[in-house]
Amino acid sequence: MNPTMSEAFPPPARRIALDRAPTIVAPPTSPIRHTPIDDAVPVGRERMLVDGVTVSYGDAPAVKNVTLPIRDTEVLALIGPSGCGKTTLLRTLNRLTELTAGASYTGTISIDGENVRHLPVTHLRRRVSMVFQQPNPFPMSIFDNVAYAIREQARRAPGKAELAPKVESALRRAGLWDEVSHDLDRPALRLSGGQQQRLCIARALAVEPEVLLMDEPCSALDPKSTMVIEELIRELRKSLSVVIVTHNLQQARRVGDHVAFMYLGDLVEYAPAERLFTDPQAERTREYVAGTFG
Amino acid sequence: MTSVPLKPRRGSGTGGPSRVAILRRELSEWRIIDLIGYAGAWIAGTMLALIAFGLLAFLAVKGVSYLSLDLVASRPEPGIDQSQTGGILDPVIGTLLMILIGTAWALPLGVGAALWVVEYGKGRRLARAVESAIEVVAGMPSIVIAIFGLAISQMGFMGLFSITAEGGAVFGRSFLIAGTAMSLIALPLIFSATREGLLTVPNHIREASYALGKTQAATIRRVLLPSVRSNIGTGTALGMGRIAGDTAIIVILLGATLRIQPAENAPPLVDLLRGTGSTLTSYVYNNSPAGEGNAPDKAYAAGFVLLVIVLLLNFAISAVLQRRGKGQELTR
Repeated sequence: MNPTMSEAFPPPARRIALDRAPTIVAPPTSPIRHTPIDDAVPVGRERMLVDGVTVSYGDAPAVKNVTLPIRDTEVLALIGPSGCGKTTLLRTLNRLTELTAGASYTGTISIDGENVRHLPVTHLRRRVSMVFQQPNPFPMSIFDNVAYAIREQARRAPGKAELAPKVESALRRAGLWDEVSHDLDRPALRLSGGQQQRLCIARALAVEPEVLLMDEPCSALDPKSTMVIEELIRELRKSLSVVIVTHNLQQARRVGDHVAFMYLGDLVEYAPAERLFTDPQAERTREYVAGTFG
Repeated sequence: MTSVPLKPRRGSGTGGPSRVAILRRELSEWRIIDLIGYAGAWIAGTMLALIAFGLLAFLAVKGVSYLSLDLVASRPEPGIDQSQTGGILDPVIGTLLMILIGTAWALPLGVGAALWVVEYGKGRRLARAVESAIEVVAGMPSIVIAIFGLAISQMGFMGLFSITAEGGAVFGRSFLIAGTAMSLIALPLIFSATREGLLTVPNHIREASYALGKTQAATIRRVLLPSVRSNIGTGTALGMGRIAGDTAIIVILLGATLRIQPAENAPPLVDLLRGTGSTLTSYVYNNSPAGEGNAPDKAYAAGFVLLVIVLLLNFAISAVLQRRGKGQELTR
């Protein structure tokens, strides 16, 4: 590994994929040994850093001592069987686990070097916004769904004229503008499932986040809508970092730059997407990727 | 090859079994208990509809025959004979005032309490205490509310809210006091309707809002309240109906004076709130053969007007909700 590698920023994602060595943890179900992440990852700007994070519900740990970087302009895919803690880890990134009674975490999560615990939670969630598994637009118009994200950020409410361009740009980024621009006052719940999910993405983009968290964003959608959203994710990666939880290995391979495989709360393997699927280092990963269990 | 329809349409063509025969065959596979239940459900439904429409028809016939614009628009007069007792304007105004005052208290209190219990106090002991307290209020007969209300409203410090006699004795009966007591009748209905609505809003809707960096207050104001608008409306309509229909509180706390008697020496509106009066319910009671008045036909007419007011309120509320909430149903 060459620590002085100085590539143009942002580096071409696939090249990083080949250059980086994976962090391998074996045996897979034991707690991960903490290795400083910069050993494993020489380049790329770290937007967020998950450092030795353990998340517990009551006394039961759901995520055990996980260390992971979340880099700018790339997609990090979290995979693993149900109950492996990937969604919990995702929800901890914007402190959404705090809403669950009894949940707590140890270790540090930082964004731009700043501990997320020290940020006002509303600020953090605007920088790290989220799209959920189930499309969940609010029961209001399409315009208001996106405008709501921007609206309540200041004492003084911005007027519609001020909001309109921002709403438009968010809808454009989510690839929904052409389909809905003629009727923004339509109730959002009248849209199709795929459109609703893109509206939720638009809503999450409207707050101009640095990191976008996606919790199985396509699992409730048909294949065609899934394709549209995957295309969108590849597009979004150019301007922000995306963390996506998915059950779908093909999807992780298609959209992920790096893939983290979790099992029973442990981070088993973190590697460039290509390598994790073609040459997994840990036994567990090999079995999971091959479809032996999961 | 000739095309043969896969399924012959029921009852069409010749030779097929008749619809009755098909139905009989279908029912022959049912269990006896299901057949009895099926018949019972039909009978119960039809009976209820018959009773409701029968009552309505009876009221309409009895009430409308004596109803006239003059009756509604003129004030009641004391008199020995029915023809001298004037109209029901004051009771109509009294009923509307009661609904207004009662709802003005109960709506913010009920919605606020429900929001607190579900959104802020979840699982706390105090929240459970609030829920049980409201259940107690819901189960309290209005006559009990009324006499306790009177005991409180006649205390010296309550003098501001009703007429005070020259010696300093507090009368303790006024529109404001009766309306406030009325709010206790509507409060549990508004509370539980709002609470039910909030409980059915899926959690992922709240999380979607929090995940955008919204505060809980903004989430409640802009997402949750609009989502439970129809529940609040239903609860309010029910509460208004109960307020309009209550008699005990009127008789005890409003003074049940035939005419509206504003308090003396008070600015307008305040004199009305401190004054006494009657509502359609107390009017019906007093003029029915059971009461001391002597205008049974006017009692029927007043009863019909009361029914119309309640129905109109219900229609108005659901019309407003439907117009504003088009297509805003939540995904569950």
